[in-house]
Amino acid sequence: MSASLPRVSASVAMPKGSLQQVFDNLRAAGYTLVGPTVRDSAIVLDEIDGLDDLPQGWTDEQQPAHYRLKKAPDNQYFSYGVGPHSWKQFLHPSRLRLFSVEKNNGSWTIRPSQEPPPRYAFIGVRACDVAAIGIQDRVLIGSEFRDPHYAARREQVFVLAVNCSHSGATCFCASMKTGPKVTGGFDLALTELPDIFLVEIGSEAGAEVLGDVPWEAATAFDLGRASRVIQRAERQDGRHMLTDDLPDVLYENLESPQWDEVATRCLSCANCTLVCPTCFCTTVEDVSNLRATSAERIRVADSCFNRDFSHVHGGNSRPTIRSRYRQWLTHKLASWIDQFGTSGCVGCGRCITWCPVGIEITEEVNAIRAKGGK
Amino acid sequence: MSTAFLTSEVRKPIDPMLPHLATIQDVKPTAVGISMFSLVFADPEERANYRFQAGQFNMLYLPGAGEVAISLSSDPGQPEVLGHTIRDAGSVTRAIGRLKAGDVIGVRGPYGSAWPLNKTRGSNLVIVAGGIGLAPLRPVILSILRQRSAYGQVVLLYGARTPADLLYTDEFDQWRQGGIDVQVTVDLGEESWRGLVGVVPQLFYRIRIDHKKTAVMACGPEIMMRFVIYEALARRIPKDRIYISMERNMKCAVGFCGHCQFGPTFICKQGPVLNFAAIEPFFGKEDF
Repeated sequence: MSASLPRVSASVAMPKGSLQQVFDNLRAAGYTLVGPTVRDSAIVLDEIDGLDDLPQGWTDEQQPAHYRLKKAPDNQYFSYGVGPHSWKQFLHPSRLRLFSVEKNNGSWTIRPSQEPPPRYAFIGVRACDVAAIGIQDRVLIGSEFRDPHYAARREQVFVLAVNCSHSGATCFCASMKTGPKVTGGFDLALTELPDIFLVEIGSEAGAEVLGDVPWEAATAFDLGRASRVIQRAERQDGRHMLTDDLPDVLYENLESPQWDEVATRCLSCANCTLVCPTCFCTTVEDVSNLRATSAERIRVADSCFNRDFSHVHGGNSRPTIRSRYRQWLTHKLASWIDQFGTSGCVGCGRCITWCPVGIEITEEVNAIRAKGGK
Repeated sequence: MSTAFLTSEVRKPIDPMLPHLATIQDVKPTAVGISMFSLVFADPEERANYRFQAGQFNMLYLPGAGEVAISLSSDPGQPEVLGHTIRDAGSVTRAIGRLKAGDVIGVRGPYGSAWPLNKTRGSNLVIVAGGIGLAPLRPVILSILRQRSAYGQVVLLYGARTPADLLYTDEFDQWRQGGIDVQVTVDLGEESWRGLVGVVPQLFYRIRIDHKKTAVMACGPEIMMRFVIYEALARRIPKDRIYISMERNMKCAVGFCGHCQFGPTFICKQGPVLNFAAIEPFFGKEDF
């Protein structure tokens, strides 16, 4: 079997059962494993122990406002598409204590959160979600100010990615150029074949974890099979986003009648921002005891669809659903590019699947183009 | 570790959300429901190192109440005492309004962009303010008074709803003596008011100025600033010589919370002082 240690950027073939050994090695190295598992009739992300927790034999059916688990025709581990969860809930938690304050004798003692950051190994990260992590990196640690909470988690993460073998009906990673193949930002990347995992090694940490796991050099046959699996997934992408001239088209159509039309359907429920792997907005809650001698500041996830989001004294700058949907879509696809040099959309399709009324971001862009004459 | 996307070296994890403690030195009533709070940092090092520019703001914090973005309204030449002019407008400002000299308050900053006091040296300045919008412009006036000869004609066009809402009225004489033409109007007069009645943009009609060499700095309600821009453009003041200070909901002031976005602009980072030419495509769009 393994004659020498695998090299970074090499691809090796590994028996499927050996993934358990990779998990054990990660745990021995101090990582908490987080990966896909079936719960509440969906594939969610949670702490996992081993192969048994993975959604083996399960796949999903996704359509606008529609998600159903179903038995996969094969018995593979990763035959499903991304579910309602994304990795931001571990890197950018939806609820985080920033600090606590004690008041005594007119003075204050401020105590920052001292909990050591968790050391996560992410299992089964898809290409769209690897791209999403890269986008949140730019937002939260890529400029003059750095979010130390995100940084502490992010710097320790081990990414075990998986190339998609199936794409869902709401996927459009190919048009956003984020997938279905993982091209960077991983420690190990798997492609699942019926008999083996093809493992691409992305980092020294990845090579190390693979150390004593039985592997063989990948044959041209294996590489060919893997690349056909990924090509099939790319062809299966159920949605397409026409990104040509996109920031300009949206900026030129800020008064498009389509914003009024979508506002008649949008519930402003914020589901899309919850499931979006790049949406990063937060607010802060202040809690204190009744005597106001001790207090905490807690950062919680927020959404531009919430009414209070844009409230200032004297009013709300986005009081209508029309204005809030316009903010979300133009930020995601246009101003995000001005702000961070990348689109805020990775084409994962979650906002389409989990929108309770099935609004499709791809179709809204098409409608704006049509009404704006582009 | 997969560090493919980590763009810079690992730095000390200093949380930009942590406030510094400051003591309230003085509370001075400034208009109806509005007071100027003068703050001094408790930490001598912070006090010695803190610098700010006219137009920037701080986040002020009270435990259990929350945080609020308030512009600095004192002289940038005296950064050891930080003046904030605060109106009782929401739950946090109401809690701050109950504080007295000697009380503690949390401060972090300064944040945001500044008025272009260097870029506009040598030109005429039309400073336009509505209501409490004069607060972030007071540091401009105090800076100009210290180097008055560096600028051409300087005019302040100021208005508020009623005479009781006018800020810093006890300083106007001093500003006039310092060489600033102070023009004041109110929307609604009262019996004792002997000044002008009308909206702020109309004050443009009372000034004679060489508009070709003029820059405008304006802060007030957005509807006022729209008409200020209209009057300025009508006088052929170039778009890129018009600066406005904008306001949006803010939770973090460092670009993380997302609340203050105005198109591509984070008001907390690229703003609050913005060049009109840069934001024109978005300014005045309904509910934007």
